[in-house]
Amino acid sequence: MGESRRVAFDHSVPLSIAKYFRFQWEPAQNCHVLLYPEGMVKLPGSAGEIMKRVDGTKSLDGIVEALQSAFPEAPDLRADVVDFLEVAHGNGWIRPANAQ
Amino acid sequence: MGTAGSAPRTPSSPHWLNAELTYKCPLHCVFCYNPVDYAGYGPELTTEEWLRVLRQGRELGLVQLGLSGGEPLMRDDLEVIIAEAGRLGYYTNLITSGIGLTEKRIAAFKEGGLNHIQLSFQDSSREMNDWLSSTKTFELKKRAADLIQKYDYPMVFNCVMHRHNLDHTQQILEMAETLGAEFVELANTQFYAWAMENREQLMPTREQLQHAEAVTNAFRAKVGDKMKIYFVNPDYYESRPKACMNGWGSIFVNIAADGVVLPCHEARMLPGLSFPNVKDHDLRWIWYDSPGFNAYRGDGWMKEPCRTCPEKEKDFGGCRCQAFMLTGDPANADPVCDLSPHHELITEAVARAQAPQLPAGVKPIVFRDDRNSRSFADARGKLQKVE
Repeated sequence: MGESRRVAFDHSVPLSIAKYFRFQWEPAQNCHVLLYPEGMVKLPGSAGEIMKRVDGTKSLDGIVEALQSAFPEAPDLRADVVDFLEVAHGNGWIRPANAQ
Repeated sequence: MGTAGSAPRTPSSPHWLNAELTYKCPLHCVFCYNPVDYAGYGPELTTEEWLRVLRQGRELGLVQLGLSGGEPLMRDDLEVIIAEAGRLGYYTNLITSGIGLTEKRIAAFKEGGLNHIQLSFQDSSREMNDWLSSTKTFELKKRAADLIQKYDYPMVFNCVMHRHNLDHTQQILEMAETLGAEFVELANTQFYAWAMENREQLMPTREQLQHAEAVTNAFRAKVGDKMKIYFVNPDYYESRPKACMNGWGSIFVNIAADGVVLPCHEARMLPGLSFPNVKDHDLRWIWYDSPGFNAYRGDGWMKEPCRTCPEKEKDFGGCRCQAFMLTGDPANADPVCDLSPHHELITEAVARAQAPQLPAGVKPIVFRDDRNSRSFADARGKLQKVE
């Protein structure tokens, strides 16, 4: 899974984890991971924190807001969140919540 | 072990567990990778033993679980095993022929948290005729494929390719499309176990491979994104070995039906190693401390040309079992590598396969069944007595 495939996504619609992927905290890796058939992507630190908030109800604004309130000391996170979500979208890990 | 080279590194935690739940199987595939002498093994693990192993596996960091066999549907406790795997947080993959799959069972699997199903197509010669003429087997597969889709699983179609079916690649892809396959893997036979016994019968010609790949490419162009098609060449046609298991004891654990724990499906064949059983040891000890799992970690065991090869971190010298089967020494380079002094063992086998007709007197095909397996087990028993 290359980290280079970035694909823009619709900032106004709620986002979900894509079908067939499963996201969970993995104690042995000490980070969040995304599991899919025959593979695993590690999402350490902020990547895991962003993905945790991709819950099928929040769009970009909601995700940024939830992160800012969880990490009030952090500077403006929006650009970083967009960066990561474009990579996640490009890799097929997330999709608009209403899409098949 | 060698005297020079680095010691085995401390291994990281494994993440893939393949559970060969049973060697019972309604099919008789001539390319089966189950050990040829399985009929001589001890009894299958009980339900309780599997559940205990699954719990130990999660503590060790295993996340991907393959449930295979034999035919895993032959175990009537599969529902219980899947439910425990789901509860423990595995991403669970069922690898099945679909024989024995009913709506009641798949509903229970879904409920238990099964994530993924791979439907395998057996097109060994015994089944090939009715399969290609789309009769009995096709109907069965269609039912399984319909259930898989009804329960919202991706439709993953796997077919093992070889000399006797490569020329049917077009029909196979059309069948996959008819079944609604989203992912198709046309994996050429790798020559281990039953496939090794049948190597001359199954080895394709170069022309067959090129044709099948061209057909696959044309089909890809036709179906576009609807179907993702993988075509895997036999390693005998490569000049560098595969990075087998991503390195010995690196990420993968295989547990055989009788509880023996192996770094790959085939490693039980290797000489001078004894692999532990989950009945006697826990997985953590087996992974980190057992001599079997440490035997080919790192590169201290390597011989030339691997030891000083700039690619040794990339392919780890290939496959230990293939090196043993073909050269007699598992520490040799996998002879698939054209830098191996034994590479001619590969090129000669490939050269012999180029004749369009199999030569008269070729060894008859050996089907994977209990009777044949008992003969292999008996022969091995006699050999061990002699030793």
